[in-house]
Amino acid sequence: MKILLTASSPDIHSPVDPRFGRGAYLLEVDSETQTWHAHPNPGVNASGGAGAQAAQFVAAQQAQAVISGDFGPNAFNALQAAGIAMFLYGETRTAQEAIEKFQAGLLEQVAAPTGPGHHSRR
Amino acid sequence: MKISIASGKGGTGKTMVATGLALSLAARTPEQPPLLVDCDVEAPNAHLFLHPKLTEKQDVALLIPAVDDAKCTSCGECAKVCQFHAIVVLGKKTLVFPQLCHGCGSCTLVCPEAAIHEIPDKMGVLERGPSETGVWFAHGVLDIGEPMAVPVIRQLKKWVQPSPGQVALYDCPPGTSCPVVESVRGSDYLLLVTEPTPFGLHDLRLAVQVAIELGIPCGVIVNRFHSPYPPLEEYCAEKNLPVWLRIPFDRAIAESLAQGKTLIEVDPHYSELFCQVFEGITAYLSNPTKE
Amino acid sequence: MKQLVILSGKGGAGKTCLAAAFAHLAHDGPSAIKAVLADADVDAANLELVLRPERLEEHAFTGGSVAVIDPQLCQGCEICQQVCRFDAVRSPSIEARQLTYSIDPIACDGCAACVFQCPEQAIHMQPQIAGRWYHSQSRYGPLIHADLFPAQENSGKLVTLVKQNARLLAMDTGCQVVIVDGPPGIGCPVIAAASGAHLALVVAEPSAAGIHDLQRALQTTAHFRIPSIVVINKADIYPPGAAQLEATCADLGIEVIGCIPFDPAIETAMLNGEPVTQSQPDAPASLAIIAIWQTLASRLN
Repeated sequence: MKILLTASSPDIHSPVDPRFGRGAYLLEVDSETQTWHAHPNPGVNASGGAGAQAAQFVAAQQAQAVISGDFGPNAFNALQAAGIAMFLYGETRTAQEAIEKFQAGLLEQVAAPTGPGHHSRR
Repeated sequence: MKISIASGKGGTGKTMVATGLALSLAARTPEQPPLLVDCDVEAPNAHLFLHPKLTEKQDVALLIPAVDDAKCTSCGECAKVCQFHAIVVLGKKTLVFPQLCHGCGSCTLVCPEAAIHEIPDKMGVLERGPSETGVWFAHGVLDIGEPMAVPVIRQLKKWVQPSPGQVALYDCPPGTSCPVVESVRGSDYLLLVTEPTPFGLHDLRLAVQVAIELGIPCGVIVNRFHSPYPPLEEYCAEKNLPVWLRIPFDRAIAESLAQGKTLIEVDPHYSELFCQVFEGITAYLSNPTKE
Repeated sequence: MKQLVILSGKGGAGKTCLAAAFAHLAHDGPSAIKAVLADADVDAANLELVLRPERLEEHAFTGGSVAVIDPQLCQGCEICQQVCRFDAVRSPSIEARQLTYSIDPIACDGCAACVFQCPEQAIHMQPQIAGRWYHSQSRYGPLIHADLFPAQENSGKLVTLVKQNARLLAMDTGCQVVIVDGPPGIGCPVIAAASGAHLALVVAEPSAAGIHDLQRALQTTAHFRIPSIVVINKADIYPPGAAQLEATCADLGIEVIGCIPFDPAIETAMLNGEPVTQSQPDAPASLAIIAIWQTLASRLN
């Protein structure tokens, strides 16, 4: 199963980044083989709609699940439309820890946007 | 002639000056009263002082894309051109985020299947009408939860244009970014209301830079004046900014404004002072080198 | 870690005065809380003037991009002007010494519609440095703040950047609260400032305009489901207005946690660049603000 999660640096042992759209890196993890690969988050420098842009990227990687600190309405709607399950970090510190918690079923799944969205239009 | 009233900092007395000036000009030339346009669409207040009859109303809408799923081939051209990520392609689905859309029409133009058409998305309302004092009044009201004030201001200014020879006054929002620029654009003069404090001065400097960027001459009204604040006086002198009026700090004025009274109602003497400010500006504009 | 955002529909209601006093009280007061301060009024950032911090770091802020037409490639077909919905494409003008079409960067929205329609590929997008943001150290703790250059767009994005850096700093340094001094209004910068807040403190003035703007501010926080409480500033200047504010809040089920009297001590403190609670702790306004802070501190803990 392919999982994407937001992290503060391109390393599985790095601290998680709670931001979805503007989280520094997206780590792609294969839960069967435990291999990982880091992508710079395309939403980081977006002028607006970072969440929508990051969601589009996640969908293009054909991920089944995504883990982050919060999902605004645009990210939520996009990920939901793409059929990607969303999970929250909660008190998790590192990306590695997040994957372990995810596999143990300890992360909360998101059923609605968790924030009002950061900014849109201008 | 078009005069904008702005400030940088909020709460310095823009609306007090704009309504005071409008009433003074209406009394001065009752045959052609001025137009007052409240461009602070996030927090419009001028109507609370002038009590106009808002007889005409118009919705402000942005044209946003709607995708015809039957024609869409998910080619992703629309998502590629959208600078705001307001339209994204997720597998076989093309999704539109109205809150992100600027209404530029670029996606509609590039769609090779002609699968996108545009639909209006309401974001606010415009209202206008006369007040009993003669002032012609108009304002825009941004809908709650809508982030974008600029299109409302843009449409408001297109909707109400002064007749030939009529003075138009634009009461601007606070700040120095895009909503202020949209409000001030096209004005002949920018009247900046400030207060004699470090905040007032800091924000006045920013507002003056906006005026310079836009190439609009500007001058100052100092509100809540008690004693000269030397850094402000020095700044105005250095930048050659005329100080048209100093309105003293007076608890009676503050109390009356709180009750929804205008400065003219508090002290009719101001009517004459505002007319002098207006005449001063007119003279200054016809011969700017004199200053 | 909790985020407190200070808002008001109307400008000049006293947000910065309160934010500065809270910074002082969070650091030195009886209900001290380790806090990071964030000035989210990037159009008119004033917290720095009261707190007079030392700037530790300075970063450029890249806002949106604007279109630029290459005069060498432009063939004058006018398509850019036809597709632009923001009146940002200027016609050739001998007076302005522009022999081809050109872009007014202030009017340009950055949508790039012209870039994709230009048959000569003569238009490209150019990112704009639209401001700066700073990490500073004040006598009451760290302050993240920013300046948006005058006449720039994208203040919401800069507000988001300020808040994110404040939040990350608070997490890294074990601070319990981020105090966000918000911008006026209800639009994009306000939505960005309020996003993710655990509590919004809305400052209201007892005036005709203040009542109207409070309603719009509270509708906005309710729209984004942010719990809100109200303080009334200059409460005694028009008691019927204050009563009306209280009635409005009661109708909406919003708690009024305090009233601050009109007090010249506030103006004096601001002129001296100090929080009123520090310069005149016994002034009537200071006593009211201290009581408000104690209520807030207990809510944030």
